[in-house]
Amino acid sequence: MRKWTRRAFIGTGTLVGGGFVLGVSGLALAPSRHSVVSENGAEKGELTTWITVTPDDVVTVLVPHCEMGQGTQTALAMMAAEEMDADWTLVRVSEAPALDNYATAYMARPMMPPVPAPFVRGVDYGTYRLARWFGFQPTGGSTAVRGTGVYGMSVAGAAAREMLVAAAAARFGVSTAECTATNSRIVHAASGRSASFGELAKAAAKISVPTSPALKNPGSYTIRRTARPRHDIPAKVNGSAIYGIDFSVPGMLYAAVEIAPVYGGKLLSVDAAPAETMPGVKRVVKLDEAVAVVADSYWRARRAVLALKPVFDDAGHGDVSSATIFAAFDKALGAAPEVSGKDARVITCDYRVPFLAHATMEPMACTARVDRDRAEVWAGTQDPLNARSIAARALKMNVENVHFTNLLLGGGFGRRLPFTFDYVDMAVRIAKAMSPTPVKMVWSRENDIQHDYYRPAGMARFAGALDASGTPIAIRSRYAGGGDGESLFMPYAIADKHAEAKDAAHPVRLGAWRSVLNSQHGFFKESFVDELSHAAGKDPFLFRRDLLANEPRFRAVLERVATIAGWGGELPDGEGRGIALTESFGSIVGEVAHVAVSPDGTLRVKHVYAIVDCGDVVNPDSAMAQVEGGIIFGLSAALLGEITIGEGRVLQRNFRDHQMIRLAAAPRITAEFIKTDRRPGGLGEPCVPPIAPAVANAIFAATGVRVRNLPIKNQSLVRNT
Amino acid sequence: MAVTITINGQARSVDVDPDTPLLWALRDTLGLTGTKFGCGIAECGACTVLVDGRAERSCMFPVANAEGASVTTIEGLAPKGSLHPVQEAWVTHQVPQCGYCQSGMIMAVAAFLGEHPHPTDEQIDASITNICRCGTFARVRRAIHAVAET
Repeated sequence: MRKWTRRAFIGTGTLVGGGFVLGVSGLALAPSRHSVVSENGAEKGELTTWITVTPDDVVTVLVPHCEMGQGTQTALAMMAAEEMDADWTLVRVSEAPALDNYATAYMARPMMPPVPAPFVRGVDYGTYRLARWFGFQPTGGSTAVRGTGVYGMSVAGAAAREMLVAAAAARFGVSTAECTATNSRIVHAASGRSASFGELAKAAAKISVPTSPALKNPGSYTIRRTARPRHDIPAKVNGSAIYGIDFSVPGMLYAAVEIAPVYGGKLLSVDAAPAETMPGVKRVVKLDEAVAVVADSYWRARRAVLALKPVFDDAGHGDVSSATIFAAFDKALGAAPEVSGKDARVITCDYRVPFLAHATMEPMACTARVDRDRAEVWAGTQDPLNARSIAARALKMNVENVHFTNLLLGGGFGRRLPFTFDYVDMAVRIAKAMSPTPVKMVWSRENDIQHDYYRPAGMARFAGALDASGTPIAIRSRYAGGGDGESLFMPYAIADKHAEAKDAAHPVRLGAWRSVLNSQHGFFKESFVDELSHAAGKDPFLFRRDLLANEPRFRAVLERVATIAGWGGELPDGEGRGIALTESFGSIVGEVAHVAVSPDGTLRVKHVYAIVDCGDVVNPDSAMAQVEGGIIFGLSAALLGEITIGEGRVLQRNFRDHQMIRLAAAPRITAEFIKTDRRPGGLGEPCVPPIAPAVANAIFAATGVRVRNLPIKNQSLVRNT
Repeated sequence: MAVTITINGQARSVDVDPDTPLLWALRDTLGLTGTKFGCGIAECGACTVLVDGRAERSCMFPVANAEGASVTTIEGLAPKGSLHPVQEAWVTHQVPQCGYCQSGMIMAVAAFLGEHPHPTDEQIDASITNICRCGTFARVRRAIHAVAET
């Protein structure tokens, strides 16, 4: 492996605040984060950590985020290229390797209070050092564009442009102020001279990276705000894209596994003989929590592992079921919260949401080769550096001895985030047993559905009070199953708003699922507000709008979505509209669902309307794909999604008993973005939370049946008569 | 047992256990990894290929049943270096997100449009039952209609 060094640069007139936020020593002399480039960077035309310009004028943007279809890599390259004034046709996108130099913690930046300009460099370098220290290179939390893009790529692009301008000015013998960048050239208009980025790259790479380059005015954008085809799509239509499960290496064997069905359970015993005599089987590998069969083809390995009858213990959780978990939630929540007020009318309701699986279309898979004190690992992950650490820990090696290559992800949705790399951990242990032969471990769909890190089940108990005029004066809730400040936030002007966490622990393994805690609380909050509006005898849209006088961004989203949905317009009998409004990951989304419920209770979601205020939109078409995808992902869960527990284990096995919506059930979607210069917010997740309450509220409008427990499939929607 | 199958126009001898699903013969024996494993029970359609022009879910299609048949995978849907009209529409309408289900989706649509060159929405709903977890359905529908119009 090449040796990497920092090209430390200390600017003039900067500096500051060692250790201030993060306690990183040496911060006072921090180089610019953008100047962390390889030793031979100048020869290769590396202008910043992430941007290389070669003599053929090609600009390569190295993106420290994975591509799982969210369009991040293209969007981040657009942000860099925009500030460079690069010719977009000459821009290439590449995923940064799993090396410390590309550690990133920009995801923290959108959550921090504004950092004063003189401190920015120190803070960014500090978060970078921390990310290196912890081995982080995550893609999650809808943070790539609003974190890495805003604070990293844009600044790196602007810095690269200033370096190219400086190189050109030196070559022309003029001042930098007389030179401008346009379409991958630096032009000196007065003399008519110009030079291409490629011609200037080598000289520019020797120039110190500027610390606070000037960013463009959004009004002058030529790349951002225009629909640019995603760089990853061509390989995804002709079969050439290589996902984690597709990787192969010569001489490789295949592993199939059966895992203790109750999380935490251990393998007690297994008779290996039935598998060992089957064709192609090389070895039965016993792990703490699983048994693996390694064979010369995946099919042979899978068939053989199914011939085994492993005995696992249940980790003492054999009596846990969904019923016991929800009973514990119910008990923990206790009595309904007290709300009061003069002449107040009090409404109380409970809501429940189930565990959910990520069910990425690509089952978990990982290939590894372990040879003495070194290992190579290949998989699709949302954090290659953390996956590398997990592999190193499982093998008791230093991370420097583990080379990790990230591949395309056949879906992420939070399943492949830091600390959820059980599949990497398992694969390297199998490969160690087979050392030095490389092994590809592929999980069956049954493995995948039953061994997820599930979206937490949750329950909430609400009490609300309306005054004599039907104005809400209090909303108080208790909830079990997790919550945080963002997911609990309600924009509505209600004097007494309060939410209280109650603890009811259970042994089901949990993780982050697209939109995380907002997926539960979006449903709870926006269902309850809807219930209050009906109790007050008011229109659900107007009821919300009247509570948003001091929240113009929310109000604008709500009003616009009502407008495009034709809110208030007449509908046939059995049809209804429901509205919901949530904020998550720095973006505000309003959705209206239009549903039809037939007399026998059959539900059809006909049309979903969405208005999204996610700040400045970088790549409008791929952003719209995230809106569409978020709605469908959330709708699938609202209608059908459910993981249930019995005898401590997950009861669902495959796509027959774990259904997801398909094309026929997918509604028409009409969506718009609010046009704004405001900094980008997140977009991978924020369109998920409003859809469940919008549909539940629409069902109530259509039928008078109130859905308080998800998924909707479990409830009769035959209207109340 | 070796079976002879014409794969993407080329006769190939595939020596695997006869109950091996065509999916794994394609992926592991022939290295054609464009065909994807999703569920193994023919529910999701990620493994869809054409067998004598018909869309088949290859994860439950024993390789022995393909003896003498002509199999087309995503790699062979169009001559090398060119795109099938369905693939072109998939690029134009930027259909794929993670893309994992899209090989199967494209193969299913290619077969479907062969039978229904100008499909109605109802025909699309009834025939295209592949699962896409990213939720690309709106674009799938749009792209199908776009191909039908050309």
